[in-house]
Amino acid sequence: MSRHIISILMENESGALSRVAGLFSARGYNIESLTVAPTEDSSLSRMTIVTTGSEEIIEQIKKQLNKLIDVVKLIDLTEAGHIERELALVKLRANNAIDRDELKRLADIFRGHIVDVTPESYVVELTGTGDKIDGFLEALGDRSVIEVVRSGSSGIGRGDRSLDL
Amino acid sequence: MELSGGEILIQFLKDEGVEYVFGYPGGSVLHIYDALYGQDELKHILVRHEQAATHAADGYARATGKPGVVLVTSGPGATNAVTGIATAFMDSIPMVVITGQVPTPVIGSDAFQEVDSIGITRPCVKHNFLVKDINKLADTLKKAFYIASTGRPGPVVVDIPKDVTDPMVKIPYSYPKKVEMRSYNPVIKGHSIQIKRAADMILSAKRPMIYSGGGVVLSNASAELRAFTRLLGYPITQTLMGLGAYPASDKQNVGMLGMHGTYEANMAMHECDVLIAIGARFDDRVTGKLAEFCPTARIVHIDIDPASISKNVKVDVPIVGDVKLVLEDLIKLLQESSVKPDESAKTKWWGQIDEWRSKQCLEYDRQSDVIKPQFVIETLSKLTGSGDTYVTSDVGQHQMWAAQYFQFDEPRRWINSGGLGTMGFGLPSAMGVQLAYPDATVACVTGEGSIQMCIQEMSTCKQYGLPIKIINLNNRYLGMVRQWQEFSYEERYSMSYMEALPDFQKLTEAFGHVGMKIEKRSDVEGALKEALALKDRLVFLDFITDRKENVYPMIEAGKAHHEMRMAADRELS
Repeated sequence: MSRHIISILMENESGALSRVAGLFSARGYNIESLTVAPTEDSSLSRMTIVTTGSEEIIEQIKKQLNKLIDVVKLIDLTEAGHIERELALVKLRANNAIDRDELKRLADIFRGHIVDVTPESYVVELTGTGDKIDGFLEALGDRSVIEVVRSGSSGIGRGDRSLDL
Repeated sequence: MELSGGEILIQFLKDEGVEYVFGYPGGSVLHIYDALYGQDELKHILVRHEQAATHAADGYARATGKPGVVLVTSGPGATNAVTGIATAFMDSIPMVVITGQVPTPVIGSDAFQEVDSIGITRPCVKHNFLVKDINKLADTLKKAFYIASTGRPGPVVVDIPKDVTDPMVKIPYSYPKKVEMRSYNPVIKGHSIQIKRAADMILSAKRPMIYSGGGVVLSNASAELRAFTRLLGYPITQTLMGLGAYPASDKQNVGMLGMHGTYEANMAMHECDVLIAIGARFDDRVTGKLAEFCPTARIVHIDIDPASISKNVKVDVPIVGDVKLVLEDLIKLLQESSVKPDESAKTKWWGQIDEWRSKQCLEYDRQSDVIKPQFVIETLSKLTGSGDTYVTSDVGQHQMWAAQYFQFDEPRRWINSGGLGTMGFGLPSAMGVQLAYPDATVACVTGEGSIQMCIQEMSTCKQYGLPIKIINLNNRYLGMVRQWQEFSYEERYSMSYMEALPDFQKLTEAFGHVGMKIEKRSDVEGALKEALALKDRLVFLDFITDRKENVYPMIEAGKAHHEMRMAADRELS
């Protein structure tokens, strides 16, 4: 079992997302996260799927995705150098001076930004790999976290490697 | 030419060369039916249930190779069609299904007869479209036919809201001759290096086996398959879906393989050293226990669908491409090659296969006075000849007997639901075949369980004068269920027996056809002859057969090819 990031260019048609999501559920493939948004070319959407499986399963996933009529092109980012980022917004309980200092320091260590402040709370914005965000949440522990929102991963190939038409 | 959406649809179908539309009207498609009215170029066949419309279109497509076309209304019209769509999907049959939809402004409001047809059909179509703009209608229809009939074929649904077919809204129409899709370009030409590797492997075989499937039929590659097989002199087994692509009566044919395949075919699969899979997808009913599938074989696999390759069984030489083109290339290479098949190894291998053959695994009691189902099929095969008779079937024991005992010597003559296993398929699919070939003999081999799932279509047959011969193997049991209950559930025949069967003879007569009931073996041939002579009448032959006959040989679920259960093992009861 290994983790793969599959990046897909697909026709920006209604229902395209449900075709992909339906494929994963119908065939029992794992799906860790899925993000999608239009690209600079408004007729295309780009989707990033993080999935896990044996080599055979990953091969089947790629073939089955390619078979979808709306899929124009796909690459497996994990096959070579790539950058992976995820955005997290974390709302923290920060209602006394000690906690506020400590949380601010922790956010700085993880290169997060505090983007909302009230007398009771902070909202920290953090980007990075899934591991880094996991690390931040672990460091916080349960005591101060009110709410966590994670975007799921986006990815792009390094250097010359790109997914375009 | 300015046309409304409804008129565009009808004109498009004519321009596309569509002969028949199988359908059923309803609220959302009334504009389309109005556009259909008063013309006879495009023929509409009014079925009695939407499921039958899809099966009839499917039968038409299987027999002719052209896409079948269906027209049904929104909501229940679409949901009733789903079984037939899924049936076509599993067997890769080209089909375009037009479903009406509620008007665009009310989509999503739980309107009368509204259902999310796109969502419901998504997992069982090759693709589907919702057309919200009349300006996109013609292009979308063209794409639908293109997608349905190219690459690995399959059904495509086009969902059209009622306002898009409004007779008051007209736009200029011209038939879109070309279609371009950046996201869909199926590979049809095989990779030359892979083909070379395949040729080398094929020629190096000591115990070769050709395993061909429905893809050969779909690709119209029967002639190439014959040339390839004869050139090599290798044994060939065909899947349920592939029957007829290679002649059953040819000596190189070792019969069907798989769960109810022949002893010789399955044993040869188990012992072969090179397996050449052509347009077949290693279905579980074919492979048996995967861990022991062809344990000593290196495998070549030719398929148009990359996702079929190494899905269930890992293969050594994959070739993605249209079977017909790949076989042409392969034949050329084999002819040019200085290496020839190893004759002495081949002789030895055939000797082994003949020994397996001598078991005569399909033997049965021909003397019994009670009608044996196998005898009915064998007699039908003998009387109709193998050439231009079309046999459709439903699903169950009768389907397996038809596959085992009818000699299919030509492709597209054997029409059955292999992948989905849809009971109710037989009669409506026979209607599609009979319409495509009005002068041909079309027999629907069925059972008293299956036939009742679409028996209302005898009414459609009356309306259009379709002289189908319904061969009902009536054992008063859901036979295949009963067989599994006998083998695996200690004869606890849970719900596999139907009380209160109709009098099929009278029922048939009520529909305006000829009904016959046959109860003795000695009457079988005479009855069949009589029915076949009634060229212009539908005849329902109700054969009262041996209740407890089983389909043999059998590889029970979870067993491997060499672990077959033979008829002789059966304790006499």
